[in-house]
Amino acid sequence: MQIPAPFDYVRASSVENALALLDRHGPESRVVAGGHSLLPMMKLRLARPDWLIDINDLFELDYLLIDRVLVDQHVLRIGAMTRHTTLLESDDVQRLFPIVTDAERVIADPIVRNRGTIGGSLCQADPAEDLSTVCHVLEAVAVVRGPAGERMLSMAEFHRGPYETAVAQNELLIEVRVPIRERSGSAYEKVERRVGDWAVAAAGASVSLASDGTIGQVAVGLTAVGLDRNVTEVEAVLVGQAPTEELFTEAGRLASIACDPLTDQRGPVDYKRHLADELTRRVLRAACRRAAASVSEITI
Amino acid sequence: MQISLTINGTDVTREIEPRVLLVHFIRDDLRLTGTHWGCDTSNCGTCVVLMDGQPVKSCTVLAAMADGHTITTVEGLADGATLDPVQQGFMEEHGLQCGFCTPGMMLTARALLDHNPHPEPLEIREAISGQICRCTGYATIVRSIQWAAEHPLVAAVDTTEDEEVRA
Repeated sequence: MQIPAPFDYVRASSVENALALLDRHGPESRVVAGGHSLLPMMKLRLARPDWLIDINDLFELDYLLIDRVLVDQHVLRIGAMTRHTTLLESDDVQRLFPIVTDAERVIADPIVRNRGTIGGSLCQADPAEDLSTVCHVLEAVAVVRGPAGERMLSMAEFHRGPYETAVAQNELLIEVRVPIRERSGSAYEKVERRVGDWAVAAAGASVSLASDGTIGQVAVGLTAVGLDRNVTEVEAVLVGQAPTEELFTEAGRLASIACDPLTDQRGPVDYKRHLADELTRRVLRAACRRAAASVSEITI
Repeated sequence: MQISLTINGTDVTREIEPRVLLVHFIRDDLRLTGTHWGCDTSNCGTCVVLMDGQPVKSCTVLAAMADGHTITTVEGLADGATLDPVQQGFMEEHGLQCGFCTPGMMLTARALLDHNPHPEPLEIREAISGQICRCTGYATIVRSIQWAAEHPLVAAVDTTEDEEVRA
């Protein structure tokens, strides 16, 4: 029987209350959202907080809204307590960021997705976690609130390494902001051994096309193959080029060289490099196709 | 700590340790042993219960997190002597063999049909994809849920119409 070690439980009633509780209970307190990463870790004693601060009542952090942050910059604001199921079922998300919908279809299983949140996924910072790659590829910004106010972090600043983020003990991730770009498309594809498993390998891509049809802006990310998500080597060869099958083949080849996978129960290194190659080509192909299709139909 | 919740329509209040998991609270404190306890790692899905109508894996939810919420277990599916169409479907289409996964499967099915009364077979397979039947009786489970979709409660209660259809 797997039971966590004893702890005290308190339910936060607001973001301010959660921050006050984190401040009061100090370094041995942890925030729990969906709980599908933290509770298993507590059962295995990989985590042993003295205080568990439940933020499931913070409905104020469960939202999806399109907003304008600058004169010409629109963003999708995703509250940190937005559940995976909500992201998967959102038409706005599918229209603006199909990479999110692609990823959500293969994150855990439908029942786990009812509990899991985007904030929890990003804060867990598991190297094999899918939404982290998605947010890196989409150049999302993490909004973190603490006693001194809010700070905005790029995903590269937010993720410091496996299971480590820039969120301080007395801070809370409250929102993820994803910039909306015109003439853009995105895609994610994952190979898993069975439903609900972590990726053997996965790839994500986001592409914006220039007015002449060439690739204007692009990001490619890989999951679970030993990289800090983005494959900058690949991105460099894609910018300014016409999206052709030859270009995707070259991108795949570079991705398979750039990644640094380990042999484990999910497969040997050669197989994972092969997946990095093939999945990179597939997501670039899909992202470019979607970007071309989105031209002239962007409405905010 | 003290928690209060509604389980199968009944309000209960109990004193618990914060670390007690919902599955053990239901089985050991409330003695509702229809909810099964399986892998303990949110993989197998036999511990699925409905929390505010949504299926959740009760081995990975604290009882404390259910405070103030509404829980439905397999014991709450039937209305007195009238079986839920999902239960009837599992009987009609032989949806269970050893029966271990059955409570979780039926609750997921109930939530699916509440959300989507006419699911395609593929949507049923997707809905139960977080649950494992070690007898591998998935084909009959899918047929059982389809049977329930084709026989919603209103029709099942109306026996006269049922007889007319058979005649």
